[in-house]
Formats: sequence, C-alpha cells, structure tokens
Amino acid sequence: MIKWKSRFNNIKGWLYLLPAILFLGFFMVYPLIDVFVYSFEEGYNSASQTYFGTGTYNYSYVLHDPYFLQALKNTFLLVVITVPLSTGIALLISVGLNSIKPLRNLLQTVYFLPYVTNTLAVGLVFMILFKKTAYSDGLVNLLIQWFGGESVDFIDGPYWAKMFVLCLYTIWVVMPFKILILTSALASVNQDYYKAARVDGTSKFRTFMRITLPMISPMLFYLVITGFIGAFKAYSDAVALFGTNLNAAGMNTIVGYVYDMLYGDSGGYPSYASAAAIILFAIVLTITCINLLISRKNVHY
Amino acid sequence: MKVVLRNLTKKFPSRDKKNKTDVVAVSNFDFEIPDGKLIGLLGPSGCGKSTTLNLISGLEKPTEGQVFFGEDDVTNLPPEHRGIGLVFQNYALYPHLTVRQNILFPLENLKGKDKLSKEEMLEKATEAAKLVQIDELMERKPGELSGGQQQRVAIARALVKRPKVLLLDEPLSNLDARLRLQTREEIKRIQKETGITTIFVTHDQEEAMSISDMIVVMKDGMVQQIGRPQEVYDNPANLFVAKFLGTPPVNIFQGQVKDGQLVLGEDAVLPVKGAPDGPVLAGIRPEGFLLRKSGAFRCQLSSVEVMGRDISVVASNKAAMSPMIRAIIGSENLAEVSVDASQVSFDLKPSKVFLFDKRTEERLHFNTK
Repeated sequence: MIKWKSRFNNIKGWLYLLPAILFLGFFMVYPLIDVFVYSFEEGYNSASQTYFGTGTYNYSYVLHDPYFLQALKNTFLLVVITVPLSTGIALLISVGLNSIKPLRNLLQTVYFLPYVTNTLAVGLVFMILFKKTAYSDGLVNLLIQWFGGESVDFIDGPYWAKMFVLCLYTIWVVMPFKILILTSALASVNQDYYKAARVDGTSKFRTFMRITLPMISPMLFYLVITGFIGAFKAYSDAVALFGTNLNAAGMNTIVGYVYDMLYGDSGGYPSYASAAAIILFAIVLTITCINLLISRKNVHY
Repeated sequence: MKVVLRNLTKKFPSRDKKNKTDVVAVSNFDFEIPDGKLIGLLGPSGCGKSTTLNLISGLEKPTEGQVFFGEDDVTNLPPEHRGIGLVFQNYALYPHLTVRQNILFPLENLKGKDKLSKEEMLEKATEAAKLVQIDELMERKPGELSGGQQQRVAIARALVKRPKVLLLDEPLSNLDARLRLQTREEIKRIQKETGITTIFVTHDQEEAMSISDMIVVMKDGMVQQIGRPQEVYDNPANLFVAKFLGTPPVNIFQGQVKDGQLVLGEDAVLPVKGAPDGPVLAGIRPEGFLLRKSGAFRCQLSSVEVMGRDISVVASNKAAMSPMIRAIIGSENLAEVSVDASQVSFDLKPSKVFLFDKRTEERLHFNTK
C-alpha cells in the first residue's frame, strides 16, 4: 500500500515536470543532439534528408575556411576586449552611483536606458555617430577633425576602426544590466563592515579591495561568466552596425558564420553550420570551466 | 584613559515631511567616565544609548557638546584617529577572511612610523587571540564559528591595536542564555586584565548590573541616573529607573500619604515621615515584603511558587497598578503561608519601599524614624 502510494507520488512529480520536459526536450535537447549528429554527416541535405557519409570532414572544412577563421578571430577579440572592459567600467560606475546621494535615481535610470532600447535603434544611432556618407563624415569624425585629426571610416574602413566600433557598441549595450546587478550587490553589503573598517583606519582603496570586492564577488563572477557566454554568442550587434553581409565586411562572428552557412547567400550547408556550432559550444564550455576553476579560489559566498 | 562627555547632544533631522521637529536622540549627556572602568549604558530600545556609543566612537558627530579622551578634545577627530576598539552588535567580522586575517586586519592598516613587521603583527594577533581564548581557531572562517566564538574574535580584533577605549554595542544580545552568562564574565575578565576603559550598551538590566562598575540608565535620550549598580538599584532616582531595574520587577501601587503614614487601599502600611501628604506612587521591591500573620498590608493570595531557595508569593491588591503583585520570601517562611488561605498579610522593609510624585514621577524621600 505504502509502496504503491510512493510510486504514485513519484508519477505525480513527473507529471508536474512533464510540460517543461516536453518543451525542453523538443526544442533544446533534441536539436542539440541533432546538431551533433549533423556535424558528422558529410553533405547533409535537409530537403532530401540525405548525406554522403560520416566523418570529421565538416570540422576540417570549417577549420580551414578563412571566413570561419576570421569570425573566430573577431569573436575572440570581442570577448577579450569587451568582457573585462564592460565589467570594469560597470563596477566603477556602480561604485560611483553607490557613493553619491543627489541625482542617484536619475543617473540610475539614465544608465539603464540602453537596456530597454532596441538593438537596431541603437545601431542606427551608432551609424549617425560613425558612418561616412556622401553628406557627412559622422559625428565622431567631425570631432576628430575639429581636434585636427584625420577622419576615419569606422564602418567600411580599416579593420581596427571597425573592431573599435563593434567593441564600443557591445560594451555600451551590455553595461546597463551589469550596472543594475552591481549597484544592488553593492547596496546589499552590510554597512557595519564599512564602519568597522573605518574605525580600524582602513584606507578607501584597501576597503574596496579587501572588503567590497570579496563581498560582491559572487555577483561579479556571475557577470563575468554570462558576459563571456554572451560575447561568444554575439551576432546581432555586428549586423546592426555592418549589415547582413558580414563576411564581406570581414566582421563576421561565429554565430554569424553559422547563420550564413544555413541561410546566407553562401548558405545551404547545415553540416558545416553544425560543425561550427559544435566548435563554438566546445569553446564556451572550456572557457566556462576555466572560469569556474578560477572562481573557486576568489569568489566568497 | 578617562572619557569625558560634556553636554553631548545629538539631533537627527526628522524624516516626517509634515512634522519638521528634529528627533533628539541624545540630550545633554554630561558624564565623566573614570579610567579603567567598565561602564554599562542601559535603557530600553530607542533611548539613545547606541547613538551615545557612536558619538564616543566618532561614527556620529554631536550636534552640540564635546567628547574628551583624557585631556584631549576628540570631538572633531574621525574614528580612526581616536584610538578606539569597537565591537558591533552583529560582530561585523569579514566573512571571507579567516580569524587570523580578521584580527590582523586593523594592524595591516597602520602606516608610517607605526608600521609593524609581519612577525610583530602575528605576535600581536596571537596575543590578542590568547587573551580571548580563541588561539586554536585561527584558521577558521567566521561562518564556521559559534556565536560566542565570533564574539570573542570581534573583541580580539577590537583589542589588537591596544585601544584607549573599548566600545561594545549590545555585546551579548546575539547569544543564547547560557553563553550570555559565560560571555559576560569573560568581558569582565578581559576588561580587568587589560585595564582598558570599556563602555558597553545593553537593554538587559541584569547584564548591566552584573558586570558594570557603573551604570548609566537612559530614557528618550535623557540620562536618568548614573551610579554603581547596587546604588542605583537601592536608590532609584525616579519611577522609570525603579521599574527598569530588577527582576522580578518592582510592584507599583497607587497610594496616599496621610499623617506621615503610607496608605495603600485601606491599610496604613508604613510610617513615612518627611513625605508630603497627598497621592503618591509607591514602589515596593519583591524582596521588600515580610510575611507576617498580623502584617499591616493585606492582599488576596493567588498562588505560591516554590523556587527552592526562595518562594514567590503571587497576590493581588486593589491599589496595585498591575493585576498581580509578586513577593519574594525566604523559603524558611513557607510554613507561614497556607496555600488554601484567601488572604495574606505583609509587613514592609522601609529600605525597599520607594515613593514617587504622582505627576513628575520623581522620587520622594522619607525617613521612618
């Protein structure tokens, strides 16, 4: 009797989980496995559901494709530059916000605005700032010229200029969320710690390094991990700035490459797309594992 | 180091938009704390005792008045330059640092000529840890310690710089009853061993009475009475102090002074020469009752609680301000009271009876001869 009852409870539990499991299984787990399978099927055609053979040729192709290598380089640069910078600047702004009283609410709102603004709308604003047209060189170039510099084509010009705009754009877009998280993390640190530090004559800098940072380290760590993952998955930002033909602009990202392989002008290669996606997955997994290992020492819960 | 508070006043601006009057947290605090004593600041919550502590520590600036450490005016000195050790109510131990790192923390802040070598710091930290008997726990994190141990670490951290004054904010409130007894002895011992002038804040009168050399009773920012614990207990300045000190609390009665006699209900219970005639409030300590068959003060017996050493006689009286009054009597008198009786009579010990003006609630003095 009791056994039957516990079994029924078990079934009841699974029953409650069923909708979520069905959804996740259908739209997350099954595609994931499928992508993994495709990546080993050479010349898979989704219309006829046929392929020539199995093997690692797709990976070899992707890894030798100059467009993919360009996308890989772009993505890595984007990650390495924007994650530390955006987290660092967000931390500075949050500390600033936390230590002022007047205008704090207003500034908090201002800093949060980019978060609720549409990516493409922001891209348009960046166009006005940076794009060279027949009529104007863009606002930034006007400033550069005003200071006596040479105007630069940020959208169709040299690689470093395009990278600069892309990084600036990414930082600008991801910052509001980081500031939101960090200001609330800073506000939740018990004020008594600061009082104790003050009584002990701790300098401002030391208080920040030895007390504030460790206290908010879990939140900081969360932001770094999600920052890494988000930057590796960057795509829409590049599209907003450089249009859909990213390969031509030399500004493609890995996700962009996957998309192009599927639907772009050069598309129709689900096998290559799958291989690239699996490579991206492996990279993100590795980086996240490294992050977790580092955090064990430096994050205090 | 003696600590002198002169006309210390702290007002906080009102948060209430309609009522702009300032909130007076501490009003005109005037007191000289002698060197090397343990002082208890005592009062109900919201009486300004913690604010007073913050004023002494320098975390708050007084609106008026001055604070002296010895002969030096430290009123405008920031806390880090006052040479104080402060123990917070929640201890404020840095959770990510070990006990050793926590105790070392204040030492690592020293700059210039006070800077210590690594060995000197470790030695001092170990010394402080030994004093509070936590030298076995140096590598643990605060989260792995019990409340009592955390308290000791906090005290060690406050003491490691050899402060001139040690301030403790509600040091025992986060401990359970048994630890509280133990820790308050510990605080007394540490204070005696170091000889540092120590001021602690508490709302628990028993705690304050048991270890302080002197207690300061506060209410609504005003100092009610300052004195040695026994003195204050035996000689309360007003009704508030009488009610606040003592467990079980003092019994309060509505009474009359008529022809040099204190009248409670219909009974003239005690000759009180020197007290002006008229209505008064009478406070009688529980131990001020003497069980007598022919006693002058008659009450309706409610129950008798035997507590071993003493018995507690619970009775009621029309004149009493509370529904029940409680008398503590030596257990040898147990035979004198029969549980079935409906009435019980007492004589009163004159030294345990206090009269207060009904309006001002100030003490009215009398003599029995």
